[in-house]
Amino acid sequence: MEEVVIDAKDMHYRELNEKIHQILRENPDIKKIVLKNVLGQRFIGNGLQKKGLTIEIYGIPGGDLGMFMNGPTIIVHGNAEFAPGNTMDDGTIVIYGSSGDVTAHSMRGGKVFVRGDVGYRSGIHMKAYKDKVPVLVIGGRAKDFLGEYMAGGIIIVLNIDEKGNDLGKIKGRMIGTGIHGGAIYIRGEIDKDQLGVAADIKEFTQEDLEKIKPYIEEFCKWFNLPEDVKNKLINSKWTKIAPISKRPFGKLYTPDLM
Amino acid sequence: MIPSYVPPKYKVEVDPNKCMLCERCTIECSWGVHRREGDRIISYSNRCGACHRCVAMCPRDAITIKENAVSWRSHPLWDIDARADIYNQAKTGCILLSGMANAKDHPIYFDKIVLDACQVTNPSIDPLREPMELRTYIGKKPKQLEFEFVEEEIDGKKIKKAKLKTKIAPNLKLDTPIMIAHMSYGALSLNAHLSFAKAVKECGTFMGTGEGGLPKALYPYADHIITQVASGRFGVNEEYLMKGAAIEIKIGQGAKPGIGGHLPGEKVTAEISATRMIPEGSDAISPAPHHDIYSIEDLAQLVRSLKEATRWKKPVFVKIAAVHNAPAIAVGIATSDADAVVIDGYKGGTGAAPKVFRDHVGIPIEMAIAAVDQRLREEGLRNEISIIASGGIRCAADVFKAIALGADAVYIGTAAMVALGCRVCGRCYTGLCAWGIATQRPELVKRLDPEVGARRVANLIKAWTHEIKELLGAAGINSIESLRGNRDRLRGVGLNEKELEVLGIKLAGE
Ligand code: SF4
Ligand code: SF4
Repeated sequence: MEEVVIDAKDMHYRELNEKIHQILRENPDIKKIVLKNVLGQRFIGNGLQKKGLTIEIYGIPGGDLGMFMNGPTIIVHGNAEFAPGNTMDDGTIVIYGSSGDVTAHSMRGGKVFVRGDVGYRSGIHMKAYKDKVPVLVIGGRAKDFLGEYMAGGIIIVLNIDEKGNDLGKIKGRMIGTGIHGGAIYIRGEIDKDQLGVAADIKEFTQEDLEKIKPYIEEFCKWFNLPEDVKNKLINSKWTKIAPISKRPFGKLYTPDLM
Repeated sequence: MIPSYVPPKYKVEVDPNKCMLCERCTIECSWGVHRREGDRIISYSNRCGACHRCVAMCPRDAITIKENAVSWRSHPLWDIDARADIYNQAKTGCILLSGMANAKDHPIYFDKIVLDACQVTNPSIDPLREPMELRTYIGKKPKQLEFEFVEEEIDGKKIKKAKLKTKIAPNLKLDTPIMIAHMSYGALSLNAHLSFAKAVKECGTFMGTGEGGLPKALYPYADHIITQVASGRFGVNEEYLMKGAAIEIKIGQGAKPGIGGHLPGEKVTAEISATRMIPEGSDAISPAPHHDIYSIEDLAQLVRSLKEATRWKKPVFVKIAAVHNAPAIAVGIATSDADAVVIDGYKGGTGAAPKVFRDHVGIPIEMAIAAVDQRLREEGLRNEISIIASGGIRCAADVFKAIALGADAVYIGTAAMVALGCRVCGRCYTGLCAWGIATQRPELVKRLDPEVGARRVANLIKAWTHEIKELLGAAGINSIESLRGNRDRLRGVGLNEKELEVLGIKLAGE
């Protein structure tokens, strides 16, 4: 069996998630699981380890979608609750609507694409190690504290509405508070006073553009955006926000012996 | 540069009549106190932290270290510490760092509690002759057991057999109620961790990883390891969660309630970076709160997401610092699907904490255990969740008293380190521990042989376990189960009425 459909109507999250595990156990070659009528069930895809598996969700999944996930792709036709991609290891989460607070919390690898907006503290404490570089691409806007304590990875804010039109100047505050690794790319201009402590505006170079281009292209592909929108996004003015140092609090503590 | 103004805390003297100029101390001291100049050893006392490595290693017993108290004008209010701290801060403008446990002269309630013993009417039990049951199960216990009866045919006869219907949640099985506390790889060396891992395996108990991830070298001991999930989520992935025997969410820590952890970038070596899964040389910051926890419901969500990710096969503990509303939080934890609440008292040690936190924040563990146990009983939840107590447990009597106050088991941290040779010099945060315990420098780590370390730690746990058996026998009890929360076995000495009330114990003589 290549594809299985589960009707999640009135199902408790434990039952639903157990069902997913059961299907995976019984069908090692399965490529796709479709979940219909999802309404707030949490922890979907938690800790799932299977590369090449796609979970399509119709409805609104609950919090911690794809937490600790390693490999699969989750596509949400709707909004997502808080913390999709929490401490995710690898894989892809694609959200057609918007998502809640702490989207991509502590993400360690893989990619999260959100077509709409994300809530407060998104991308918080994302971290990178060697070839594991997590990526969060936000179609609309992010609430305050984007990339707080960010320790690695890439956050891209495209700042467009459903039709691909510009949303105007980003208003988020305290961007990158405590950031000590990775980078946040925002399409448009950002004032210095929108940044949190430890964050800095750095020059956006050709190298940066090369780095984010493939993710913008992938975003456009997932959400079927026309060529002209894609080109506009790539050729826009970008602001790069990166840490002042790898050791933001190095000078906070006395070096003296007691 | 602004001068220090702080005179040396200790005075180091090398007796030239005894010294044979082997230069051992110049190598042993990681702080660079000793140096050979011509035919004598010169010692810079101002660098000494009384870690005693040189004293212990000197083949001629030529070194003396004394407190250098005489150089200060004495004053009852402005003690040496108060003045030295001000000099340091006036020089640097920084937060003062410190290591190990609260260094203030607060009452140690364990020492004001005495144990009761049996005499004639209810005779004591001889543990050498009678079995003493120390086995402890940490985890959720069912409210009640349900059975179903199934008919089975045995030898042609139909027999009704009772079968357990209730699903028992996974529990940790401890042969002794003593576990080794969470101290991270990063704060401690790999050899220290290896010593603990081998010891807990031998003793049938468990150790915690701390928040630094699980180094590959500890994988063979993973069945005896509790992995920790802190706000930094260092080293946390599916494999890590699945490897350990249980998972502990760290909300707070006794030595520094209300603040996070911070391993400075210079300590993030190649090995540490691989275990924590962060780049070499970058700060490892665990902010004060978990970013996804802003309420008790959020905490329940994290408990459940960890359970879901591990398919409800691993017990999940929640560790909080002992603070005044610990009982209310414990009730929240008990209703969140968590299996144990860990309470860490303000005498708990640490590798690094702002001194102002270490010495001033938190409440005594003795009070916290009693209050949490009491509240959970009142809510009818005590039997559903285990209590693990930690923070300043120094001997078997402390373990015994903690259990009688209401804990199921204890974690020991500093005591296990002292077993490895730690001198409680409090300089762990410098990463220069001369005993190879709180350091990542290969030449220092090498000083701690994991085989020898494991022997010492296992010996300590076994010795305490024997003592607990003796104490149980003396109390006329033959199982740890009967000691738990049995405050009638405790009496207070030199405590006021209110203190006795919070502890839930009677005054000696009552
Ligand atoms: S080894 Fe320790 S005790 Fe000896 S001089 Fe150095 S710091 Fe002092
Ligand atoms: S671990 Fe080392 S540095 Fe820390 S208190 Fe013990 S001896 Fe001192």
